[in-house]
Amino acid sequence: MSEEYVLELEHIRKEYPGVVALKDVTLQLRKGEVLGLIGENGAGKSTLIKCCSGAVIPTSGKIKVNGKEFDRMTPQLAAENGIAIIYQEFNNVGELSAAENLFLGRPIRNGIMIDRKAMEAEAAKAFAQLQIKIDPRELVKNLSVGYQQMIEIAKAIQQNAKVLIMDEPSAPLTSNEVENMFKVVELLRTQGVSIIYISHRLEEIFRLSDRIEVIRDGEYVTTLITPEATVDELIRLMVGREMTQKYPPRKDCIDEKNVVLELKNVTGNGDHNMSLKVHAGEVLGLGGLVGAGRTELAEVIFGAKPKESGQILLHGREINPKSPREAIDLGIALVPEDRKRHGALLTNSIKNNINMPIYERISKASVIDSGTEKKTAEKYRKEIQIKCPTINQLVKNLSGGNQQKVILGKWLAADSTLIIFDEPTRGIDVGAKFEIYKLINDLVESGRSVLMISSEMEELIGMSDRIIVLAEGQMTGELEKEEFNADTIMAYASAVVDNKEVG
Amino acid sequence: MNMKNALKSNAIWLVFAIEVVFFAIFSHGAFVSGNNIINISRQVSYYGIASIGMTFVILIAGIDLSIGSIITIVNVVCAFLMVNNGLNMWIAILISLALATLIGVLNGAMVATIGIPALIATFASQTIFEGIAYLISGGRPISGLPAGFALFGRWSVGPVPVCCLIMIACFVIGSFILNKTFFGRYFYAIGGNEEAAELSGIRVNRMKYLIYALSGFFAGLAGIVLLSRSNSAQSTVGKGLEFDVITCVVLGGVSVNGGVGRISGVVAGVLIIGCLTNGMILMNVSEYTQMVVKGLVLAVAVGIDCLSKKRQTS
Repeated sequence: MSEEYVLELEHIRKEYPGVVALKDVTLQLRKGEVLGLIGENGAGKSTLIKCCSGAVIPTSGKIKVNGKEFDRMTPQLAAENGIAIIYQEFNNVGELSAAENLFLGRPIRNGIMIDRKAMEAEAAKAFAQLQIKIDPRELVKNLSVGYQQMIEIAKAIQQNAKVLIMDEPSAPLTSNEVENMFKVVELLRTQGVSIIYISHRLEEIFRLSDRIEVIRDGEYVTTLITPEATVDELIRLMVGREMTQKYPPRKDCIDEKNVVLELKNVTGNGDHNMSLKVHAGEVLGLGGLVGAGRTELAEVIFGAKPKESGQILLHGREINPKSPREAIDLGIALVPEDRKRHGALLTNSIKNNINMPIYERISKASVIDSGTEKKTAEKYRKEIQIKCPTINQLVKNLSGGNQQKVILGKWLAADSTLIIFDEPTRGIDVGAKFEIYKLINDLVESGRSVLMISSEMEELIGMSDRIIVLAEGQMTGELEKEEFNADTIMAYASAVVDNKEVG
Repeated sequence: MNMKNALKSNAIWLVFAIEVVFFAIFSHGAFVSGNNIINISRQVSYYGIASIGMTFVILIAGIDLSIGSIITIVNVVCAFLMVNNGLNMWIAILISLALATLIGVLNGAMVATIGIPALIATFASQTIFEGIAYLISGGRPISGLPAGFALFGRWSVGPVPVCCLIMIACFVIGSFILNKTFFGRYFYAIGGNEEAAELSGIRVNRMKYLIYALSGFFAGLAGIVLLSRSNSAQSTVGKGLEFDVITCVVLGGVSVNGGVGRISGVVAGVLIIGCLTNGMILMNVSEYTQMVVKGLVLAVAVGIDCLSKKRQTS
């Protein structure tokens, strides 16, 4: 009975010159269900949904919407047939109101005039249907990321979307916003909307979905009924091999007597009175909600943002890095959260990326010693197993996990002793995550220190030796390994600080 | 696949070859005569020299509109120092080049320290220094340069004009900077992603100062060559030259989005524009038609760059 399905993809194949992005993927979406779509990075999820939206034309295969067959979609056909996609980046215009954004490109008109009242009334209706409270007249730039996403969803529903495809919808959201988004998804399901939900976070897939489809290397693997599936099973299906542990074991390597980094009442860049110590061989976890001031603290230590008061001591000596360059020369490294914007030089080769911080060191009278340059790059490519045909490959052509390794290679080449990781595994697939964790272990086992910012509770608990929790630019708690507990960390993270003396 | 790639990376030289054949046929061979080839090499020398600095600037996704004015002011100041103050030729040249570099530093300050968009900052200095050139010269040409000054624009070593040798030396230096020194690696990194470059330890602002200073310096050198060629300084001599230079650089495959480009491509760009100008003059194409053609070439060159970028992302 094909009427049972609102959307069917049959044997979709997509070839690019030299690469097969999708080999053979089949997908069936029932009316009013949430289908979780999972797979490692590069498995072909994005290409698949682009086939549904018309952004990508499949080489072969069929797309059926409500039983009607198409060889290919166009953006217009997709819209006419009620298929809408919520991408990670929104198509909102910040300077326009919520209502105007909802009717972007197809405003309600009254003759040649735009009928603002009617649009605001319609928008209010759409928001009410989703049970969200947004003032239609509010400018979008004043809304939080969560609400901006809601406007995207409302736009789709207002345009009568019957199939909603959500690509990593929780990635940009804070945990409160994620809860609200879940409620909307559940509400839409009861209203008969079918949803394809793509996420790296398996707990979300378990919470929301009715069925789970797994794809791997551009191929359909299987579809499971959610209540019958287990995390281990899903990971095994995604990766294609058994993962025995999530976090690799680490030797006891903390040198309590050797304080590498010490902050004394550091204030600046939105943070207040930060005091902490990181020892040699230790992973200090920084927990908290998005916006708690963790990235901001990293920027101050790395010299990217100025400090207002307080002291930073490195190996007992006070330092005042005024630029990343100075911090790097002191042995401090930052692996930033947004790999593509701040971390890797995508249009440069692996070799250039790894040597970037040390070029002046390996140059004589500004002329690069190309032998050393090549040797350094090859050394770290081997040491941290960057998977690439040659070191001359551009970094943009690498997977997320390998890009992260290149960034790490750069800091190893620079002889960094303190490495700050900001969300080290964001957007990295399960298999590569394990490798990054092993690399972090190698770092501390070789006597280096790691300051790790993470919003993933499991990762924070699994990898840290000690955890400090921040909330609203203040330190709200510190936990030793035996005190680790997700509830306690959450409580500290959402603590509203009245008392300025805390920390 | 390999054939296709080889064709793609050498497409610019293919265009150049077609152009040469075209003009050779339609000028009945006059275009490829020894005299004309030497003539072309003189004509392209000054914007070839200026194109090195512009290549660096565009590599970091910047732009330098002031180089036409820098060429003008170097003409006027150098001539003024030699003719009105009777200064030694070499000292006059040194002062002029220092001035050109200083204007570049000023551009760098506006772009890097203050944060004015490069387009506006260098447009402002274009206007300022064109005005100052007029103020110095009073709008009158300065002639009567020392005889030895003809060295740079009119003398030859054997059949090869000195100005052409200077241009070749500049291309070699430019290519050396980009490929062999850490500055080159930094330029490509900054052009690719300024924020990531800074976080990788590059002092981006310092590099911007350096690049705009280099752009000023090479424009100054181009000015000296042009002054020597024309044998008198005019306050209008550099007007609009920045567009010829930008056309050469962009035509040579340096992406206006930054981070991509090679000196070898720019050499081809310079030759194409040089031959185009010369060929059209030989064929008696009017000056205004020439403008139309050059404008079209600029649009097409940037268009191809943008289209190939679009195809990559879709």
